Amino acid sequence: MQALEVTDLTVAYQDKPVLWDIDLDVPEGILMAIVGPNGAGKTTLIKSILGLITPAAGNVLIYGKSYAAQRQIVGYVPQRGSVDWDFPTSVLDVVMMGRYGELGWFKRPSAHDRNLAFEALEKVGMQDFAQRQISQLSGGQQQRTFLARALVQDAKLYFMDEPFQGVDATTERAIIEILQNLREQGKTVIAVHHDLQTVQEYFDWVTLLNVRRIASGPVADVFNTENLRRAYGGRIAFLREEKAAGD
Amino acid sequence: MSASTEILLIAIVTATACALPGVFLVLRQMAMMSDAISHTVLLGIVIGFLIFNDLDSPWLIPAAALMGVITVFLVEVFVNTRLVKEDAAIGIVFPALFSIAVILISRYASGVHLDSDAVLLGQLEFSFFDRTEFFGLNLATSLVTMGVILLVNLILLLVFYKELKISTFDAGLAAALGFSPVLIHYGLMMMVSITAVGAFDAVGSILVVALMIAPAATAWLFTDRLSQMLLFSTIAAVLSAVGGFGMALFFDTNMGGSMATMCGIIFIIALLAAPNRGLIAVALRRMRQRWEFSQTMLVIHLLNHEGTDREADECRVDHLWEHLRWKPEFAEQVIRYAEDHGTVRRQRGILNLTDEGRDIAESAMVR
Repeated sequence: MQALEVTDLTVAYQDKPVLWDIDLDVPEGILMAIVGPNGAGKTTLIKSILGLITPAAGNVLIYGKSYAAQRQIVGYVPQRGSVDWDFPTSVLDVVMMGRYGELGWFKRPSAHDRNLAFEALEKVGMQDFAQRQISQLSGGQQQRTFLARALVQDAKLYFMDEPFQGVDATTERAIIEILQNLREQGKTVIAVHHDLQTVQEYFDWVTLLNVRRIASGPVADVFNTENLRRAYGGRIAFLREEKAAGD
Repeated sequence: MSASTEILLIAIVTATACALPGVFLVLRQMAMMSDAISHTVLLGIVIGFLIFNDLDSPWLIPAAALMGVITVFLVEVFVNTRLVKEDAAIGIVFPALFSIAVILISRYASGVHLDSDAVLLGQLEFSFFDRTEFFGLNLATSLVTMGVILLVNLILLLVFYKELKISTFDAGLAAALGFSPVLIHYGLMMMVSITAVGAFDAVGSILVVALMIAPAATAWLFTDRLSQMLLFSTIAAVLSAVGGFGMALFFDTNMGGSMATMCGIIFIIALLAAPNRGLIAVALRRMRQRWEFSQTMLVIHLLNHEGTDREADECRVDHLWEHLRWKPEFAEQVIRYAEDHGTVRRQRGILNLTDEGRDIAESAMVR
């Protein structure tokens, strides 16, 4: 069964289309990058799959059912900049929020949830920061905290919006290791990605997006100059380098 | 219970009931929205009064709460057009609804208790005379109303603590996890509206916002934890109520005004004196850092020129300030401090590092 099936997804702000008729089939157990220029609709795609934006048309199935029915098996890492890091709370507390979905309304987190949150922090190497106020974290530590919060959801399908944004090289390697680990456990990770240079190294699948779906499939099949040119249009400085390197 | 004890109690209960939702208003950057709500609820009260013709009708509270929610909704409608920013939208909606209330009062309800002084400033002093039987006790109506509102606020906060927290910190994740941030948002606004209506009697519409925002803003200066922020906000509220009560007695003046003034005074004191985050603590820390840094700079400068041709020029006591771009007096202070701590020595107008000073300079450069 496909982990994710998107058909005819269209999103518009007033009359301006942001996503046009997107079809996506994502098999289980892969790492997939979503790439495309600024304003291509990458974040919008994730948000509309998760029901945070109401699409004008289209259908989304997660393991064959609607998102509302599958919430428990979907993990979400929003963009780091989407929250106020001055919020008065600790790292451990933020990670614990990943458990809220399973707890549902009213129920309060227990010692068990606390332990799970702590284990997740250990997985991302942040256990020493558990009691730290979140405003004192560096960009990379914030990103790891968010990642731990997604891990604690114990999902089968993860959506991550720019998990490498503003992190240093060490953290980037640490994060990709965690993502690859998830894949080895049979989980599926879909991440918005900005750095075209690392797509081949990090990911198995790639979706090229620019309002329309340009191409989607295994990196080896679809990550080529032709498709990149179609996705990025005139902005092909990188492509020339790539070509030169290929020659 | 004596009249003054009861009035003090009303002040405390009112301030606390306002300070609890205030924490979330501050965290959601909605201070001005609460100001709008605390005014527009008046329109709800007036419309309720005109329909039921009774100022004591229990229906006035839901009518006012509904108007609070309508205020938030209208502001959002304007903002969603993307043609108006939120602050401007508030500046349009709030006076519009409030002025309709003022017109309605002067046209249809003049002579009733809804006079403008009471609306703007409240009349805590006189709340003693309006009394209710409550479970066999004869209490001031305000005390019963605010007591119930405080209790409801407390229960709602305890029950929805987790939901309020996640939807305030990360509304996107809250929605993805199946909590409805919109529902929680409007629930909170309803809570604010009802609290504002209750507090209206005591402190009037202008000052409600002081009771909601100032204690929460004060609390945030002291803590990094939401639960503690709620607690400290409550403490600041109680202090404001007690202080305001004392101030009103001492100067023989309006009690609502005194309470709000006290909220401001307590905030200013906290802003100056809070540990870590207070302005005084920050200034002291900066001074200490500047001093420590200049000590390090001095030894590194001396180390760099130690044994070089330019040593006689670069390390001269009376020219050092030019090389390091310091004021001469400051340079003199730094040097004296360094001498006292045995990191440098003066020899014939030239500064030399001691072994200890050299160690400090070397370890500072490695870092």
